[in-house]
Amino acid sequence: MSSEYLVEVKDLKQYFPVSTGFMKKTWLKAVDGVSFAIKPGETLGLVGESGCGKTTVGRTLLRLYEPTGGEVLFNGEPVTDRNITQLRKGMQMVFQDPYSSLDPRMTVEDIIGEPLDVHKLYKTRAERRDKILHLMELVGLNAEHATRYAHEFSGGQRQRIGIARALAVDPKFIVCDEPVSALDVSIQAQVVNMFEDLQDKLGVAYLFIAHDLLIVRHISDRIAVMYLGKIVEIADADELNDHPQHPYTISLLSAVPIPDPKITRQRKRIVLEGDVPSPMNMPSGCAFRSRCRYATEKCAQECPKLEDRGNGHFVACWNK
Amino acid sequence: MSTQNTNDYVLQVEDLHTSFFTDSGEVKAVNGVSFTLKPGEIMGIVGESGSGKSVTAYSIMQILAETGRIVGGRVLFKGEDMSGWNSKQMQSFRGKHCSIIFQDPMTSLNPVFTIGSQLMEAILLHTDKTKEQARARAVEMLELVGVNEPQRRIKQYPYELSGGMRQRVMIAMALACEPDILIADEPTTALDVTIQAQILELMQDLQKKLGMAIIMVTHDLGVIADMCDKIIVMYGGSICERGTADDIFYDPRHEYTKGLLRSIPNVTNSKERLIPIAGTPINLLNMPKGCAFCSRCDNAMKICLTEKPQEIALSDTHMASCWMNVKKMAMENGKGGETA
Repeated sequence: MSSEYLVEVKDLKQYFPVSTGFMKKTWLKAVDGVSFAIKPGETLGLVGESGCGKTTVGRTLLRLYEPTGGEVLFNGEPVTDRNITQLRKGMQMVFQDPYSSLDPRMTVEDIIGEPLDVHKLYKTRAERRDKILHLMELVGLNAEHATRYAHEFSGGQRQRIGIARALAVDPKFIVCDEPVSALDVSIQAQVVNMFEDLQDKLGVAYLFIAHDLLIVRHISDRIAVMYLGKIVEIADADELNDHPQHPYTISLLSAVPIPDPKITRQRKRIVLEGDVPSPMNMPSGCAFRSRCRYATEKCAQECPKLEDRGNGHFVACWNK
Repeated sequence: MSTQNTNDYVLQVEDLHTSFFTDSGEVKAVNGVSFTLKPGEIMGIVGESGSGKSVTAYSIMQILAETGRIVGGRVLFKGEDMSGWNSKQMQSFRGKHCSIIFQDPMTSLNPVFTIGSQLMEAILLHTDKTKEQARARAVEMLELVGVNEPQRRIKQYPYELSGGMRQRVMIAMALACEPDILIADEPTTALDVTIQAQILELMQDLQKKLGMAIIMVTHDLGVIADMCDKIIVMYGGSICERGTADDIFYDPRHEYTKGLLRSIPNVTNSKERLIPIAGTPINLLNMPKGCAFCSRCDNAMKICLTEKPQEIALSDTHMASCWMNVKKMAMENGKGGETA
């Protein structure tokens, strides 16, 4: 059965056991019932503060972790332990840190060639080399870089190697986990543009995880906002920025420093009180209520569900 | 400059050169940086990693790594040349007159001492308060920076606090002796957006309350636009442009500043394609003869390759060192000559 969505995530849960004393353990609910869907060629941005579970969503999606509950469908087919190796030909990942995600003892050619080896995507050595050179060209690396090692490259170029490796199996979907956070501003723009070009050329869909809201807004078609393991709001990128509805999204957007002095002077920052609560000791009901100024009794009792408020704008909040 | 004039400044940096002597040669991290800071002013230094912005800050405090040395220029504190100061004088300068907040609140606190003892250390060193008074002052400072339950917190260790809280403790420590200058080296880079907003708000509040001058070192143009009265843009160890926030953001006159502003997403039209700066940051081991930026500059001319551009005043507040401005001025003068 095929559907209009390339990737569907239904009520995904990922709990990690944490020992809290001798023979005692509790569960850290890193991801607690997340659902979303991505169309072919679409970019879904996933934003939230550190510890909210956005990286875990990306990793659980690709089965780098065994999910505690819920289901992931790829091309309408449920992802299980059995077919994951096969399905990873269709979905890949680019990691945040271009310094630790490349093997320092492998040449660039071998790093990019490894997925080809794993999935046996070539018949002859010559074909392997051709494919690798083609991939390097695609991400803007020179052919003479092939025999060098990762440490010889700058951050931006390493990220290009990581992207070429993800593209090697010709995937339809790539999870990008903070791919530009470690890069300088001028290099960030180069890599962001490359992501956009590759999408135009190859039609890949991205789950773009980042905390830089300006970049996410720029690259995404839709954006999902996470807070403590749950999606609190999901909408079209511009709609979310222009008409945020969840109190957390509103304060998050108002906190982003805008590189424009005139706008900053006029703007009023909504500063949230306190820190993010520990995911091991979450408030009852809505997780955000401890920092929310509109919190009522109802928020303490029951957790709000994501609700359609029209135009594909979903919000999880009791207040309207 | 008359002596009366120099005393208006709390800090003057004149033609500062700082180098690191490594196995592969001399790395010229700072190449002739000059600026002045008035009391109560907030100045931003912006640039990429390796542009020399942090090294400039460390040079003022004289807390460079072992291989680093100030090889030229001088730093004046309230008109007094600091280059001849001995280590004892420097020690009383640090903390009492000038404090620094580091980027990473996770590693800049000592994990084996309580928050209280680390805060009191600075106070006891620089004032003649008793231990009891110092403790009271520590509690007062924690309260000032918005740490809840300060009485309990001073007995806690850094690992018991969140990142935002630790950065508040760092700020409390830096301000405990009411310094004239606060250097903030990427104070919010390691923090989340909502916590960053809290810390920036706090710094602005404290600046108004206590009136110290702040040097804000960052790569985040948003933070700079938000916080600073005047801005210095650095590239390859030199200042390429300086001016007010409006000068820099609305009338950039150095090609690097222009490129930097083009490479961040447009606030009003977020889908507009980014225009990156081509190439990679320069290698400080192998500095070009001419303008440091010319290998990445789209408008580079012949002269950019061979000669370093001088800093030219474009208005009372705005200065840039780019040959494009010289060319433009020459053309305008030429035209003026023709009509006259």
